[in-house]
Amino acid sequence: MALDSKQVLDTQQFKIVGTRPLRPDGIDKVTGKARFGADITAPGMLIGKVLRSPHAHARIKSIDTSAAEAIEGVHAVVTRADFAEITDDDATADVLDNCMAGEKALYDGHAVAAVAASSGHIAKKALKAIKIDYEVLDHVTDVDRAIADGAPVLHEGRADESVPEGSSPNIMARYEFGHGDIDAGLAQADQVIERSYRTEATHQGYIEPHACLAQMSQDGQADLWCCTQGHYMVRNTCAAILGLDQGQLRVTASEIGGGFGGKTTVFLEPVALMLAKKSSRPVKMVMTRSEVLRATGPTASSSVDIRIGMTKDGRITAGFAELRYQGGAYPGSPVEMGSMSAFAPYDLENVKTVGWDVVTNRPKQAAYRAPGAPMAAFAVESAIDELAKGLGLDPLEVRLKNAAREGTKASYGPTYPAIGLEATLRTAKDHPHWTAPLGPNQGRGVACGFWFNFGGDTCVTLNITPDGTVTVSEGNPDIGGSRASMSMMAAEELGIPYNKVRTIVADTGSLGQNEVTDGSRVTFAVGLATIEAARAAKREMCRRVAKVWGIDEDAVEWRDGAVHPTGHNAGSHDPMTLAEIAAIASNTGGPIAGHHEANPEGAGVSFATHMVDTEVDPDTGAVKILRYTVFQDAGKAVHPAYVEGQFQGGATQGIGWALNEEYIYGEDGTLQNAGFLDYRIPVASDLPMIDTVILEIPNPGHPYGVRGVGETSIVPPLAAIANAVSEAAGVRMTDLPMSPPKVLKAMQDK
Amino acid sequence: MSNIHVTTKINGDPTEYLCAPDETLLDVLRDRLGMTGSKEGCGTGDCGACSVTINGRLVCSCLVLGAEAEGAEIETIEGMADGDQLHPLQQKFIEHAALQCGICTPGILVAAKSLLEKNPDPTEEEARYWLAGNLCRCTGYDKIIRAVLDTAADLRKAS
Repeated sequence: MALDSKQVLDTQQFKIVGTRPLRPDGIDKVTGKARFGADITAPGMLIGKVLRSPHAHARIKSIDTSAAEAIEGVHAVVTRADFAEITDDDATADVLDNCMAGEKALYDGHAVAAVAASSGHIAKKALKAIKIDYEVLDHVTDVDRAIADGAPVLHEGRADESVPEGSSPNIMARYEFGHGDIDAGLAQADQVIERSYRTEATHQGYIEPHACLAQMSQDGQADLWCCTQGHYMVRNTCAAILGLDQGQLRVTASEIGGGFGGKTTVFLEPVALMLAKKSSRPVKMVMTRSEVLRATGPTASSSVDIRIGMTKDGRITAGFAELRYQGGAYPGSPVEMGSMSAFAPYDLENVKTVGWDVVTNRPKQAAYRAPGAPMAAFAVESAIDELAKGLGLDPLEVRLKNAAREGTKASYGPTYPAIGLEATLRTAKDHPHWTAPLGPNQGRGVACGFWFNFGGDTCVTLNITPDGTVTVSEGNPDIGGSRASMSMMAAEELGIPYNKVRTIVADTGSLGQNEVTDGSRVTFAVGLATIEAARAAKREMCRRVAKVWGIDEDAVEWRDGAVHPTGHNAGSHDPMTLAEIAAIASNTGGPIAGHHEANPEGAGVSFATHMVDTEVDPDTGAVKILRYTVFQDAGKAVHPAYVEGQFQGGATQGIGWALNEEYIYGEDGTLQNAGFLDYRIPVASDLPMIDTVILEIPNPGHPYGVRGVGETSIVPPLAAIANAVSEAAGVRMTDLPMSPPKVLKAMQDK
Repeated sequence: MSNIHVTTKINGDPTEYLCAPDETLLDVLRDRLGMTGSKEGCGTGDCGACSVTINGRLVCSCLVLGAEAEGAEIETIEGMADGDQLHPLQQKFIEHAALQCGICTPGILVAAKSLLEKNPDPTEEEARYWLAGNLCRCTGYDKIIRAVLDTAADLRKAS
């Protein structure tokens, strides 16, 4: 059979991949029919609500729920006492503790109890009737203060073995990466820079608050509907917390109203299941925006020290970074990935990073688009920019001179295969944006960014229906148009029109394990599995036709959506199309399907270069984004409009992080800006069009050359904008966000 | 606290409902009438995902009480298409890939329709300021603004 499962198609051969068909979920989403997390109901449903700690750090001495339970219409009250302790898995134990506090409330907003009642009104009344005796403890929310002597301690004895003895008890882990000799490298430099940088925590800011609907029968079968980036993860985590068999808990993912990493864990779901269990009724829970900001997972705030040496002609002789990230009240800030990615764009002989994972009295951080990388890139790319400008060098030329390329040993260990960084830099240099004139109070910045990308457990089933149309079942919630991309790849592979394929996101009872929608993995990994599932179906169809024609399987081949005879001994037969083969499947061995299960390696790392023009108002310090261009390698852009959308969305989130967004804590450790009025994400009038240039350096690890594109686009903007603002303001900005008062003060102090 | 009886017209359909005095129009639409096309992103009038029009005026339905809608004509996303005929804005949003997750889309479409009814020829800046009350976290607004301006151009040609 003439079908090589490892074939890499040449770009020119694509008929559907690379075009811009309409998305299958489009009509439902523009007409209001699409059902998101909060859009479903169940007969006899109760409303669940959560009581949250008003204190940043407090011991829970007692909880009295009796008055709440006595209220008419209240059907269940849940506290930590309802959950069995988890002793064999620290990570899951932390998730449970975050969903429902145990001995201590560890941050403002930490869940301490929950109720289910016949109406939301009664549920709110019941929350007020719960009496909690708190012993308020000293708190700390700043990463550097948390590791200073005498800081309040969140957990005793939680540090792992990587942490040197005598370190602050709020340090949970230490990471180190690199190679070469930093001191020797710095000695070769003509100029050495030492700087410190800080970034504030930002929230993913998805517009859809968390929501779920749980029900559980007396026999232990349970069903959960929720908005999540990974319903298989929800199933496994909830099963572990509730003591259920994974096979008995069916989770269905709703349409998801944004995630950006923030919906890769659970907050409400185990609580809703426990309320459903105790009340024997379906329970719906929906967070308010204030709850989302106070109690879900923003990203880490960071404090980074940098030392970089450069020769007069722009060669980086050594790069060192020490990174401290606080990831909220539990271990697991993304400092490891920050440490790995900091210098990843560069080919360096001497490079070292040290990362410290710090806990503070803030909500447990969750992934946020390229978790850990933007803060590291902010520091490194700012320092390189300052060095280049100090030496009178072109910042793009300096990056090109040091750029990692095929064969470079990356700062975090591996040796790169074909990568696209150089292509993004050269394209940026040749782009009209680079040489466009600037006016007074304006500045231009560039920066590079890197992201690993990921594969992960993946299952796809592709079914051929009796009328010759195709259904694809995949297990990853669609957050950026992936159903369209899967249908395109299946149609491409099968040689049938795009609209003859419908892709659905199947529930946890329908497929094996699927990793969450993270790591920019879906178009790569699920795409790969879709292509392989289609190839399996094609092999089966070839087998069926060979049987019908009474010839060897080697004597048929798949071409242009049909099976053809091939070779000298095949004889003469009219080709059979997919539809013709499907129509007689029942008589040739039964229904035809293809499936593929894998944990694919070879995701293919991703690089981008961003270029931005800003104008600073000298009277107010307000920064305006005048022009923005993204240059990024997509491997192969399956649906270019959605690739552009990822580039534009990531850049815009980066603009918010750089200029406006921050978690502001009061002296009492409570969050001061838990709403979209004061936690201000970019709005339409803040922005220009975001221009995009898609580069396509095929990823050898994917049949069509695809690389993930979703995350890299948030890595360069922090530094690119800081470099532009620093030029416009005439003073180097090292502390994010660059809000108007901060920029104004920097200009006045210079 | 007894419920209030309200008589309205929603998307042209005569509609009656009972609501609590402190219940928002958004909660009435979503929880009492099953019209979940309008979304709650914040509940404080900051995100625009719940945008509807009342007697032609664009509002956040989370900031309006259900009881205030007595006698009013309400238009929601569910009434935007004419049967199987999408409104030109709806069609352009799909064609321009102006939505990713789609949670903000109903509110943005309702707001954009209201803009074009008042100003058939908005500049890019006018469109950006009109839609500044509608948060989108996925797109960076680029394709949304293009879709709105492209629709406006088409509608002007057609009229």
